[in-house]
Amino acid sequence: MNVLDFAHSFFGDPAHWHGYDGIPTRLVEHITYSLEALLLAAVIALPVGLVTGHYGRGGNALALIATAGRALPSFGLLVLMFIWLGFGLVPVMIPLVVLAVPPILVTTYEAMRSVDPSPVDAARGMGMSEARVLFQVEVPVALPLILSGLRTAAIQIISTATIAAYVSLGGLGRYIIDGLYQRDYEKVVGGATLVAALALATLALFWAASRLAVSRGVRGSA
Amino acid sequence: MNGFFDLPSDLQHSYLGLVGLHLREALLPVLAGLLVALPIAQLCARFRWIYPPVLGLTTVLYSIPSLAFFVVLIDYFGQSETTVMIPLAVYSLVVLVPGIVDGVRSVPRETLAAAEAMGFGPLRRYLQVQLPIAAPAIIAGLRVAVVSSLSLVSVGMLIGNQGALGNMLYDANTYHRPALAVNSVLTTAVLGILADALLVLLRRLLTPWMPRKGATR
Repeated sequence: MNVLDFAHSFFGDPAHWHGYDGIPTRLVEHITYSLEALLLAAVIALPVGLVTGHYGRGGNALALIATAGRALPSFGLLVLMFIWLGFGLVPVMIPLVVLAVPPILVTTYEAMRSVDPSPVDAARGMGMSEARVLFQVEVPVALPLILSGLRTAAIQIISTATIAAYVSLGGLGRYIIDGLYQRDYEKVVGGATLVAALALATLALFWAASRLAVSRGVRGSA
Repeated sequence: MNGFFDLPSDLQHSYLGLVGLHLREALLPVLAGLLVALPIAQLCARFRWIYPPVLGLTTVLYSIPSLAFFVVLIDYFGQSETTVMIPLAVYSLVVLVPGIVDGVRSVPRETLAAAEAMGFGPLRRYLQVQLPIAAPAIIAGLRVAVVSSLSLVSVGMLIGNQGALGNMLYDANTYHRPALAVNSVLTTAVLGILADALLVLLRRLLTPWMPRKGATR
């Protein structure tokens, strides 16, 4: 038996396709956790990254925050929050957001810093307000990099959301953790395949989003 | 704080023993990743057409969740340290390759030509010119790789207590001793921040020509 056989028998079993422990339910749960965490992290990190990048200040402080965020182990944080706060979504969201903030923050800052200063000066010279310079000149130019930061964050969230199952929540991690404890290898491999597939789908989604959202002029020069 | 560093006996290690184990499980894979990444990056820098597919492949590898990676490897290596270290090595490789390629490529053509004119062979040119100039980029990659590797080792707890400091989390949960979880999280974070600071120091020592101030990453 190899990994492919395990995956095949997992996906071939009709019992895995419906009910509260069915693939559709677990998939929706996983996507919900991931989206919520990504949204929270983006709401925190994007404005900070945009503003600090726009004014070019606080880069060292951001690097410090990012290092601290990366150094905090997600899994440890999850267990700790679970012990402190008890069962619920909050103990899962905290480590996921801590995980996702550093890549968004640092990449957004770097993206804004790497914008060519001459069009920005030109925009100021045309009498654009700071807000318009930010949203109509800098953000469109920095968008490919900003999206890549969001993509990194999204993928890390999706892979890490599997550990939510360790503290009794749902999501695709359920198959991996349950399978591990039940010594049901089929289930483990099935869950792992699903998470990897979801991550790859996210990759494709971000690729499509950048095709749609990034202006043709910027894409050509990048 | 009394007994903060006293661990339950089922962990089979002292506090410092766990720290040592954690460092070994996290750093050996990064070293392995670096050793594999250097030749790959050199190939990518030399033959430009290889780079896009390599970049695509590394992005795909990076999106495989660590837990999934661990459990799939159990079939081949059992619930062992090797099972934890292989995925970490792969992630390090993925983080390091793009940084090193950009670094090696950023060496100006004139510099390479000058080295050649001075009679440097390809190996000497690589070791004495390209690598030092690429050092900041390589170390930037190493910083991300080392810190994330240190924090990922804890997940190894789920596969037969192979998570070094992460193993304290299991005991924290089972014996309801939150202090153990606090200890585990803080120690891992401190190790990560220390490793990061050491790498910054290393960069300053290796690249004395770089400006000291205003370096963001």
